[in-house]
This record gives sequence, structure tokens and C-alpha cells, in this order.
Amino acid sequence: MKSSVITFPGSNCDRDMDVALNKFGFKNKMVWHDDNELPKSDLVVLPGGFSYGDYLRCGSMASKSKIMKSVINFAKSGGLVMGICNGFQILVETGLVPGVLLRNKYLEFICKNVFIKPANKKNLYFKNIDKNILEFHIAHNEGNYFCTNDQLKEIEDNNQIAIYYCNNKGQIEDKFNPNGSIKNIAGIFNKEKNVLGMMPHPERMIDQCLSGEDGSLFFKNLINNIKNAS
Amino acid sequence: MLVNENIAIEHGLKSDEYKKICKLLKRTPNLTELGIFSAMWNEHCSYKSSRLHLKKLPTKGKKVIQGPGENAGVIDIEDGDAIVFKIESHNHPSFIEPYQGAATGVGGIMRDVFTMGARPIANLNSIHFGSTQHKKTKNLLRGVVHGIGGYGNCMGVPTIAGQTSFDSSYNGNILVNAMTLGLVKKNKIFYSKAAGLDKPVIYVGSKTGRDGIHGASMASASFDEKIEEKKPTVQVGDPFTEKLLLEACLELMEGDSIIAIQDMGAAGLTSSSIEMASKGNLGIEINLNKVPCRESQMTPYEIMLSESQERMLIILEKGKEELAKKIFDKWNLDFSVIGKTTNSKNIELFFDNKQVAKIPVNTLVENSPMYDRKWKKTKLPKKNKFKKDVYNDLKIQDILKKILSNPNICSKEWIWQQYDHTVMGDTIQKPGGDSGVVRVHGTEKAVAASVDSSAVYCWAHPLTGGKQVVAENWRNLVSVGATPIAITNCLNFGSPENEENMGEFVECVQGIGEASKYLNFPVVSGNVSFYNQTKEVGIKPTPSIGGVGLIKDYKKMITMDFKENNNIVLIIGKTEGHMDQSLFARIILDKKNGPPPEVNLFNEKNNGQSLLSLIEKGLVKSAHDISLGGIIVALSKMCIKGNRGIKLNKAKNLINEIEYLFAEDQGRYIIEINQKDLNEVNKILDKNSVYHEELGIIIEKDMIINSKTKVSIDELKSYNTNWFSNYMSS
Repeated sequence: MKSSVITFPGSNCDRDMDVALNKFGFKNKMVWHDDNELPKSDLVVLPGGFSYGDYLRCGSMASKSKIMKSVINFAKSGGLVMGICNGFQILVETGLVPGVLLRNKYLEFICKNVFIKPANKKNLYFKNIDKNILEFHIAHNEGNYFCTNDQLKEIEDNNQIAIYYCNNKGQIEDKFNPNGSIKNIAGIFNKEKNVLGMMPHPERMIDQCLSGEDGSLFFKNLINNIKNAS
Repeated sequence: MLVNENIAIEHGLKSDEYKKICKLLKRTPNLTELGIFSAMWNEHCSYKSSRLHLKKLPTKGKKVIQGPGENAGVIDIEDGDAIVFKIESHNHPSFIEPYQGAATGVGGIMRDVFTMGARPIANLNSIHFGSTQHKKTKNLLRGVVHGIGGYGNCMGVPTIAGQTSFDSSYNGNILVNAMTLGLVKKNKIFYSKAAGLDKPVIYVGSKTGRDGIHGASMASASFDEKIEEKKPTVQVGDPFTEKLLLEACLELMEGDSIIAIQDMGAAGLTSSSIEMASKGNLGIEINLNKVPCRESQMTPYEIMLSESQERMLIILEKGKEELAKKIFDKWNLDFSVIGKTTNSKNIELFFDNKQVAKIPVNTLVENSPMYDRKWKKTKLPKKNKFKKDVYNDLKIQDILKKILSNPNICSKEWIWQQYDHTVMGDTIQKPGGDSGVVRVHGTEKAVAASVDSSAVYCWAHPLTGGKQVVAENWRNLVSVGATPIAITNCLNFGSPENEENMGEFVECVQGIGEASKYLNFPVVSGNVSFYNQTKEVGIKPTPSIGGVGLIKDYKKMITMDFKENNNIVLIIGKTEGHMDQSLFARIILDKKNGPPPEVNLFNEKNNGQSLLSLIEKGLVKSAHDISLGGIIVALSKMCIKGNRGIKLNKAKNLINEIEYLFAEDQGRYIIEINQKDLNEVNKILDKNSVYHEELGIIIEKDMIINSKTKVSIDELKSYNTNWFSNYMSS
């Protein structure tokens, strides 16, 4: 399976994502933001970091870069596009997924492990994953997911919520919400479920001696799902 | 404007220094030249009060590739890999403008490291604030933490360890020391020594603005009530540009275009160009019209003294300009050929086709002033005689609560959760342990780093304090299973013109030197920050030591959390019951006099090396060094982290129980071992003549101290974890 990770000026989790994808069997290519064409890919990842220094608004300038035209076309034709952290912020700015990401509720950068719960497994990202609660890692300043009531209704009606923040037992409550996100939302899909934006970093959880191994589970499952679907 | 002695004094130069300048030049300098002299000759850049003493530090060793004198020190970690590291202060600007001061401190030290060709892989910091009751403390703390996070997080370099303390001596002068480790191939290290004639001098990075003019001079003076007016001397950081600069520089460094490279830090274009020329014994010619400026109509004086951030000066091989420019264009950074190397041994500046300065390089560097300041020796204070009945009314649990929730002991999670400590995917020991540990990417190796200081000990007796900080740093590396290699030091003191402060400096340096020599733990880089004082009041002497060690197989790394019930807990090193200057004496008995604990370097080395051999044999399940707060605080932390309890044995020594638990004797560790390994461990420790005793056994969830005292782990946690967030939200 082939994957592409886009490097924007200020991306800083691009290498980590490259390491993770290669570790679990993807043949990954790094793609420069100023290129016009995406290489042939089964998965495109917009990595974390501070593209354009988070100036203006997180993700806004990166969403206008040259390569994004090609990424948007790829997504609209059904290709898998995953945005992690700053990548999620970029996806929101392109409009591929609904909503916005505000500054964290307590106005501080947060770096820690969190538990997340996939809302359902009817998508290529979480299908067949043999855990209902995963331990991922977050590191962000603007991860407070927000949308209007109308948008929220539409999101819920279309099952677009991908993952929630919860505790180790899977309880989705305000006290397990690290950043003030509406409904504890940690990640969201487009209507077709081929585009996923999420704040947590699975690529930081791919080794027992790091923060944990649930990221390994996620990537192994993802590559299997892509193989089985193709 | 004509220059005279008064103008020189306004520039922070002393009257006789000004006379020396006129003599060296054989004329009166113009204003630009005076500015250059003042930037090069201030304390911060010239080390004029400290040079004489720093020379005495041991700086060589088998593993040392580069000692002090370059942008950072370099050590060998085998297999062709090397670690570049340094610590630096940004104290003065952080007090005036905490966010930018701290942020640019972090940015500056990372530049020092990647200037040498190394990719930064870990950041650390040592930050010190005034009393928690002081009205400025909370805002300064919040600003500094945001600033450190704001810069490091954006750069994508994990902040893996640090130290925070509170003491009223920092009320008017906080300390912000930032440290960076970078990884480089041994044969791809870049230096700042210019070589060759007529080579192009290249300016890359951000544009030059009017920020930070005279920053280094500001940092070379004491504070007074008008300090707020100094805000314009604080630089403004742009971590995004620095990230681009990092990637662009590393990309250019893959080839062989660079002869020499130097970041523009303190005193900006002035010190970078002069240092490169001086090291190469060359001259340098710069056309200031070619310097990319952010603002219009900047004068030569302003251009030379600006401390705008994220800039580098490079001397390139001729003919490589186009290739280099292409890389910097790709990363959207300014690139300009601003001059060339010459054989004149002068720095010559041109502006609007006129020569605006011409100064022999050696007058600025070799002829810079050096002072043998007067200093006073500190006598070893007399020991207090604590009568045992002072302890009678004290309940151990109450003391423990008070000590674990003390701001200098309590968990600093509130701080380090705001730092990205996991980016780069190699952090295998997070903040909160004895050392931070990162894997060397793609290998079985890992490097450990810790930063430490003990201002109270240094204040009580600088010579002992200096030794103690190095020893504690060594222990923190040993505790995670790392072989200590070398240190960097950041020496924060009051005014060198005050005999007592100067004495503290001289004796701390002597102590650091003795310990690092004995432990074969050389000093490879560092920085001195004097004048941490407001009017006549200086800070407690605070040398910060940043140490680096190597773990050959990262799977053998040790953490401090208790691992398994029924395992045996041992203490290595003898407990004599030294109470003076302990946290217990200071906060429970309110006794602030007396000597710090004695440092026995033989025991430090022997105990540490013996522990490392136990770890190497796989006999140690967890380990922690004993420092502030004594045995009981160390045990509490191991219990909290492992979520397990301990049943303590009755102390074998005949000393009082309170003294046994709270004394701060040095050279001690607590280790956890499996019962089946007990004989083997005892045998090895006995063979090495290491004092050791059994402390207790690991149990489910209580700390059982004696028949009357039992504290649950949840209670210990609540003592230790709540203070900080409560304080910050109150």
C-alpha cells in the first residue's frame, strides 16, 4: 500500500508519521507543499505541527497551498485522507470536514495521553479494530472542536463523529474532555467517511517504550482494511 | 555625534575601558565603533570577570570532541554519532518580558546547537522564581512556561526534563536557563572558524529589525526601579522562521559548501562576524546596505547591534552562492551576500559607499578587558545541634504532607504538560523522572539528560554546593541507567563587583571543577550570567548543571516507579543524619543556618558505578536518587509513580527516626530488586565496599512507616499533585 505525507513549512510530525507508516507496511513518500501533483497513493496524511507558524489561523495558509488542490480532488474522488492535529486544522480550513478548532478551553497547550472511543466502526479507519477504547496521545493548543447546532445535527445524522474523548472505561463525560470540544469530539469524518480529521496522534503510540501501543493497533488495522477494500 | 567618555559610560563601559579603546585605536572611536566595543566588551560577551576562573575547569576527556569556545560542546556517543549540547541563560529579558524572554532563550540555544550541524533532539530548562507569595511570581511563571512551550513546541523538539524552584532571593531577578541536545554525525560537525581569503560572507534567516538593541549590555547590568523601560532591549521570537532556518541549514549542510557558520545571538551581527574572523585570524568586510532590514532607515549602529532573532552568518566556498540561495529560497528565507573575508585582520564596515567603521579584530577579542576581581571566601558554617526533643511533638504524616506539597518538591506536571515532550517519537522517559531520556533515532542507544541546581547549598557554602550540584546531576543520570559523559554549566550569580558575590562564583566554580574532575565528567560548554541583582540585592548563587549520559541498550533504561509487590527496597549509601540546610530544617524547624551536606566524591563515584553495574546485569527494577527531602520524599515519589506502597523496616542506624527519614546526606540511591536477586546484589555491593541496607518491602497501596504511621498512596498523591494547579488557578 502506498501513502503520502505532505510537508508544509512548519510541519513537525511529518517524520514521525513517515516512521509509523513505514513500520506498519506502507510504502510512504514525503510530498512537498509546493508540488502540484500527488504521487499515486492509497492514503494521504496531513501531519501535525505548526504549518505557517499557526499565524493568521491554524491551518488556514496551508489549506491554500498548491498541493492541497490535488489533495482535495483526491478526497472528493473517494481517496483516503487523514489529518492529524495541525492536519485536522488544515482539513477544517479546506471545508473537507465540518466545524472549526478553537483555542483549548483552559488556554494552555496540553501534551498527555488520553482515551478515545470510536463512535462506530463502519469506516475503513476503525473497522475490525479489536478494542473499543484506545489510548492515544494529544499535543495541541487549538483542539477545541466547535460547530453550530445545525451543523452538529447534520454531523450526528450522518454519523460523522469519528472518535470521542473518554476515560479508560469508555465513559464520555465532560471531566474527560481535555480541551472543551463540543460533545467530547476528538475526530470527525466527512459524509463519505473517507476523510478523517482528529486531534490525537496515533503515530506517537507505536512502541511499548514510548507512550503505548494503541497506535500500532490503529495502523495495522488501517493497512489491513485498505488491502481488503482494494 | 561625537563620542566622548560620557557616551561611553552610557554604553556600559567603564572610564578606563574607554581610555583603553582610544589607546588601542590610537584615536577616538565613532559611535558605531563605540557600540561595537560596548557589545563585545560587556560582561555577557567578554566573560571579563569570569574568564580567569573558568580556565580552571576540566574540559577534556576521552569522549570530548569539542570543549568550550565553540557554539556548543560536542561529545562522542560511539558508532560515529555525537551529541552537541549547551545550556544558556536568558534571565534578564525574561524578567522584563517573560514570554518573549523565555521563548528567545529557547530559540537561541537551539540555534547554537544546529549551527554545528546537529538536529536538536531534546530541550531542557531550569527556571527559578521568587516566593510564591510575591505578587509578580504567578504571572512571570505563566509567561515563562508559555514562552518555553511556545517556541519549543513549534520547533517540534521535545522538552524532556527540567527543574523549577521558588525562593525569595529571585523576587527581583528570575532565572531562565535553557538547554538543548542535538544529534550529529561525528564527521559532519560545523565550526565557526573562518578560513580562506575573499570567501563570501552570507547572511541568512530573518530580517534585521530594531529589537534587542543592546540586549547583551542590558544583561550585563543590575536592575533598578526603571527596569520596565528596558523592554525594547528584549528580542522578539519567531519559532516558525527558526524551524525553516533549521531545515534550510541542515539541507545546506548535507553538501560541502560551508566553511564556517555562526548564529547571530547576543550582540548579533557584531559578535558573529568578529568571532568568526578572530578564530580564523582573518579580517572581514561587510557592506551594511546588503543586510536585509525589516525597517527603513536603519543606521549602521542599529544594524550592527540589533539582536533580531533567527539569523545566521555563513562563510561559503566560492561559487556555491547559487546553490545555497536556492535552498534558502525554497524555505522562504532571506539570503544575501553581505561581504567577504580579507587578510586585513580588521573588521571593516561600509554603508552608502562610505567606510563607517574599521577596527582591528584582535582589539575586540584578545585585548578585551579581563579582571581579577576581589572575592571573599565563605567559611564553612558551624553545625546546628538539634536537640532530639524538638522532634517529639512532630507527627511524621503531618511533616510529610507539608513537605510533599512544598512548591519546591511537589509535582510539576502543570508545567511540563504544556511542553510537547513526545514529538519526534523517541522520548522513552518523560519529565518527572530523574532524567529525561530520548532514543538515538533508529538505533538501540539512548541519551539521558538532566539539569540540576541547589542554590540553598551553594549559598550556605559555595565550595560544597558547587560539588554537590555536579554530584546530584551525576546521580540523576546513573539512576536511569546512563553512563554520565559530560556537563554544560550555566552560572547564575549576582554582581561580580561585589566581593561576596564574586566569592560565591569563584568557590562554586572550584567545587564544580573538583567534582567534575574526580567523576571524569568534564565541562564542555556553558555560560555565565552575572548581575542577577536588583540594586544591592543579589540572588542566591545558582549554578545550573546540565549533564548528558549514554544508555547503550535503551531496553535497560530504569525508571523510578515501584514495579512489583514483595520486591525488596534497598538503600545505597550511608545515612548519617545531616539535617542542616535540609528542607526539613528550613521549612519545619525554620532553621536557615548551618552547612550543607558534605560531598564525598569517592563514595559518589563508587556508589554510582556500582549501581550502574547492577543495572547492567539486569538486577535493578527501579531506582531513584535521594536528594531534597531525604529518604521519605524519594520513597513517596517511587510509591506515587508506581501506585504501590512500602512497608519500612526499622532503621538499623541508631539515629533518630526523623533524622533518618528526612536527612539529606549525599551519595545515596534507593533501588528495587527482586527477592531472588538479593544475595547477588548484596555480594556485588559488599565486594565494592558500598554501604547498603534493606529499607523495606513493596506492598499493595500503603506506606507503612512505623507501627503508628500509615499513609495511603492516594493521600501521598493528593499531597504531591494538587498544589501547583491550585496555586495557578487561585
